[in-house]
Amino acid sequence: MKLPYLPNHDESSFFDFVSTHHPGLTPGGHGVVPADRWAQPESARSGVPMAVPHATTVLAIKYQQGVVIAGDRRATEGFQIADRRIEKVFKIDEFSAMAIAGAAGPCIEMARLFQTELEHYEKLEGMQLSCEGKANKLGQMVKANLPMVFHGLVVMPLYVGYDLKRAEGRIFKYDLAGGRYEESDYHAIGSGGKDARNTMREYFQKTLSEPDALKLALTALYNAADDDVGTGGPDLVRGIYPTAKFVTAQGIADVADDRIRSVYDSMIAVRRSRET
Amino acid sequence: MPMPYYVSPEQVMQDKAEYAKKGIAKGRSIIAMEYAEGILLTADNPSASLHKVSEIYDCIAFAGAGKYSEFENLRKAGIRHADLKGFMYSREDVTGRSLANGYSQSLGTIFSQELKPLEVEILVVQVGVNGQPNEMYRISFDGSIIDERNFAVIGGKSDAVQTVLKEKSSGQAPPLETALSRCVSALEQTANLKLPPEGLEVAVLERHRVGRKFRRLPVADIRLLLSV
Repeated sequence: MKLPYLPNHDESSFFDFVSTHHPGLTPGGHGVVPADRWAQPESARSGVPMAVPHATTVLAIKYQQGVVIAGDRRATEGFQIADRRIEKVFKIDEFSAMAIAGAAGPCIEMARLFQTELEHYEKLEGMQLSCEGKANKLGQMVKANLPMVFHGLVVMPLYVGYDLKRAEGRIFKYDLAGGRYEESDYHAIGSGGKDARNTMREYFQKTLSEPDALKLALTALYNAADDDVGTGGPDLVRGIYPTAKFVTAQGIADVADDRIRSVYDSMIAVRRSRET
Repeated sequence: MPMPYYVSPEQVMQDKAEYAKKGIAKGRSIIAMEYAEGILLTADNPSASLHKVSEIYDCIAFAGAGKYSEFENLRKAGIRHADLKGFMYSREDVTGRSLANGYSQSLGTIFSQELKPLEVEILVVQVGVNGQPNEMYRISFDGSIIDERNFAVIGGKSDAVQTVLKEKSSGQAPPLETALSRCVSALEQTANLKLPPEGLEVAVLERHRVGRKFRRLPVADIRLLLSV
């Protein structure tokens, strides 16, 4: 049946619908300009990332009740700081969240598109996608962005969801080609990802409690900021702190700023006492 | 060369309208009613999985009567329209009025151009937030669109249900349990049978809910509300 004044499509995927009918709206924007016609910017050819804001370190850790997902607040543009308050952890639906690293604009766009994608599917089909289904769909979206990677616009998500059927939190990481890998305990991505992973490797245990998981996440971000220029630590002067969310069977909960500040206050007090 | 028989456009339209009306009247009725905290949608629907009432967007819901495959297609197109608009602009830019317009245009074009008109009647309702009034649009098979107040009825013996409701309505938006019992008794009266809670599909758009305001009421809730 043709509906002349309303969009037509047969599938339940919003991403497929937008890619076909409005390709300019996807983060990759593929199809709008043929890839070979695109003049490569000087910076991309010389291997330096394009001068757009880049978001950096984000991480996720499993604990008893679910997963904590956290990210710092800094965006860099070359050697400049582009934004001190950027938000990198997004609620996607009631039971999943996503954190991003890479070119900030396309990253945020992909998070929005993914939110719409899941809601769209739920409304059309009358039920939610499974946790695995959501993770796979995100992989396809990352894969569709591949042409933009050659222009220096990398989008790298870290996806966490609470799997209601298995009754556990799950963490998924991705590669540039859309490959999807499940992590069993914790993971961090972005420029300071390696530093954050080092901290988590030292202190991670199975069956962490919620406060311990939050403390470990914030410590890992602090240490990453210590060693990596792209990662922002807590800004005590302006009162800017990393953000975190808990993903559990009860849904997604933001961690209050005050709680994060108190964790950092006690951590900084301990570190300061070591210096004297 | 053989000439086709001449049929006057009036005759064609009349035949089509009669055909569509017959199809719609065969089904069961659906009522949308404003209550104190939002909009209540009540459908006489024995199936628990084939929905007649559904969510479109944050504040907007859809109800369809007539041929299932046809209003299901309209429902999907509406969700696409709303999600695309919300993604392209912002969530607050998705309005029931623009959606109802799209439906009206589509149904009108199909009615005049296609051989077979759609045998559907649909409702687009939007709960008003921040002091805005509710909006309820009833759209017919020929694309005619009516802006309703207090309550709207589609499908089945809609005129009879409307008369019953008009007698009962008090002008002021009633609380949820009163609205539900009014709807159920109007449906029962016109269908001449007792409707168990399992045979009802009930959903609400709740004004004070954060984010998506659409919620289906499970059978236990319906029973509880009807027992008050």
